[in-house]
Amino acid sequence: MQVTGYVKALEKVDFSISERETIGIVGESGCGKSTLGKTLVKIHEPTAGSIIYFDPNGKSYDITNGLTKEVRSTFRKDVQMIFQNPYDSLDPRMTIRDTILEPIQTHKLFKNLKDQDRYVRELLSKVGLDPDYGKRYPHEFSGGQRQRIAIARSISVNPRLLICDEPTSALDVSVQSQIINLLKQIQREHNMAFIFISHNLDVVYHMSDRILVMYLGNIVESAPSRAIFDNPTHPYTQALMSAIPNWNPRERKLGTVKLEGEPPSPINPPTGCPFHPRCEFRMDICARAKPEPTEISSGHFCACHLRDLTIDSSRSAG
Amino acid sequence: MESTKKRVMQSFFKHRLGVFGLIVLIIMYLLVIFADFIAPYNFATTHTNFVYGKPSKISYRDRDGKWIGPHIYEMKKSRDPITYQVIFTQDTSKIVPIKFFVRGEEYKFLGLFKSDLHLFGVEQTPDRAMLLLFGADRFGRDVFSRVLVGGRVSMTVGLLGTFLSVFIGAIVGALSGFYGGKIDILIQRFIELLRSFPRIPLWLALAVIVPPSWPSTWVYFGIVTVLSLIGWMGVARVIRGLVLSLKEKEFVLAARVIGVSDMKLVTKHLIPNTLSYLIVVSTLSIPGMILGESSISFLGLGIKEPMTSWGLLLKQAQSLSELEAHPWLMIPGIFIMVAVLSFNFVGDALRDAVDPYRTVEKL
Repeated sequence: MQVTGYVKALEKVDFSISERETIGIVGESGCGKSTLGKTLVKIHEPTAGSIIYFDPNGKSYDITNGLTKEVRSTFRKDVQMIFQNPYDSLDPRMTIRDTILEPIQTHKLFKNLKDQDRYVRELLSKVGLDPDYGKRYPHEFSGGQRQRIAIARSISVNPRLLICDEPTSALDVSVQSQIINLLKQIQREHNMAFIFISHNLDVVYHMSDRILVMYLGNIVESAPSRAIFDNPTHPYTQALMSAIPNWNPRERKLGTVKLEGEPPSPINPPTGCPFHPRCEFRMDICARAKPEPTEISSGHFCACHLRDLTIDSSRSAG
Repeated sequence: MESTKKRVMQSFFKHRLGVFGLIVLIIMYLLVIFADFIAPYNFATTHTNFVYGKPSKISYRDRDGKWIGPHIYEMKKSRDPITYQVIFTQDTSKIVPIKFFVRGEEYKFLGLFKSDLHLFGVEQTPDRAMLLLFGADRFGRDVFSRVLVGGRVSMTVGLLGTFLSVFIGAIVGALSGFYGGKIDILIQRFIELLRSFPRIPLWLALAVIVPPSWPSTWVYFGIVTVLSLIGWMGVARVIRGLVLSLKEKEFVLAARVIGVSDMKLVTKHLIPNTLSYLIVVSTLSIPGMILGESSISFLGLGIKEPMTSWGLLLKQAQSLSELEAHPWLMIPGIFIMVAVLSFNFVGDALRDAVDPYRTVEKL
């Protein structure tokens, strides 16, 4: 086997999440959203950078290079994930009850079998399923029901952070909203922090306190949800925003900003700003230097040379 | 799950050859399990009067053409004055009727209790008349009885050997696919190395390790081990491929996020999801095992006398002159063929049955 190149799925991603917060991550396919999610739950090992985890007592651990024995159990209990495809995320050979019991038994939450049984039934009714469904197998359920089962499994150990990797993208539109509402309700009841990954801006806006916009493995803009919708600053974010269809059919026309071409290959990413080959405001500097994220208003960061220049010029003017 | 089982059963029973094979196998296993009782003679008893005895001719009518039921005649032994070959001639005046549930030679039923009751046979003592369905060998032992008893070894060697080799193959393959990287490369190259050895010399080499002083049951397990040590490699390859694709499935990732240990991940998620393939691979590899045992015994390195197996029975038919003079010694070969074909039919039917795409096609 010959290695011809490496895919840089994630390049510049820098953020932190605190308790009970919801961060939304948006970006088009292949920008590294899911890789980011899998890196955070330690399924993928990052080659560089660092991931810091604070346990419930506030003690910090560097978990970049794998989980040590010390944190493994607490981390696995604290951070859970809901996957994209509910047809794939439940073991076809296990009953629903066994699937939900797996995390409970792995972390030995109950000593008493009766309590354990009651808890599984509670979880099933909490996610809106009949408690008697426990004896059935995954193939007997619809996509939405399966996603509910997956949710029941992930919240069974009462995690502090739940990473939702496009939990609604494989579902029917009518079911999507039910799942979103279920997730919101669970977040309220359990005080969890969410990282919500999606390519659907509306869903992310509905869920998140803060939104990160990713392009080719880089966070190009991050801001509170309102700010990003009211004042999208990065040219890529603007393009994304203009691609949201209006809910009113009479005004159903897309915005004026158009994107040309495909996202470049992450095997051979462009020099400088990753977005410059497709950017309509491209300047000479864009191909040479990578823009650093700058704060344009409180909590609103944008990585674009254009903003640097405007700030600089406003300074020089002032 | 239940519906999958139902679907597999239904499509299996639609496969005529498969059902036929299954029925033949059930009959063969019944014959083999109750071999001592069904066989008219003890498989190990020698009968000096019937050395190389021909298969007996069963008649139904007496000399006057009157129907008197199945019977044989007493045999007179004489020698050809020129070649000194033994010649058996029927003494048609002495009728020996064939009866059900006769008392004959003693045997130990399944090694549990002694009995002398046989399903069928003749009441005449074996020095004067013998019911030889498939003839007798050079010690005058009844080949039919020996085929039944020998089937015990041949028919179980496949099951046991396959179980062992599938067990080893599943674990090694799952480890290889699951850990990947250097472990995978090591295991795969090792498998290739083992596979590149010619089969028969490797059998011989391994069979030599089994010491000749061992009692025959030990030798039997030795042969099973030798066969499965060679047979696991194909299984390991298939399972490795399956695990490689399964481990990227989201339900496996979900289990890892939960913190399930690697051991449990393999045994609870990966191997159960390859089960249908394992079952098919098993049925298809049983014939190979049966043939393997026959080859080893045929070459004289397997099961030893007085225990017997189909391969060992065939060993007597090794020389051409022997075959020409006593063609009935080839009969155990027919049993091997029938068993191997039946297993292949069942395996084929099972493979078609568990393949979901085939079912869709049929619907």
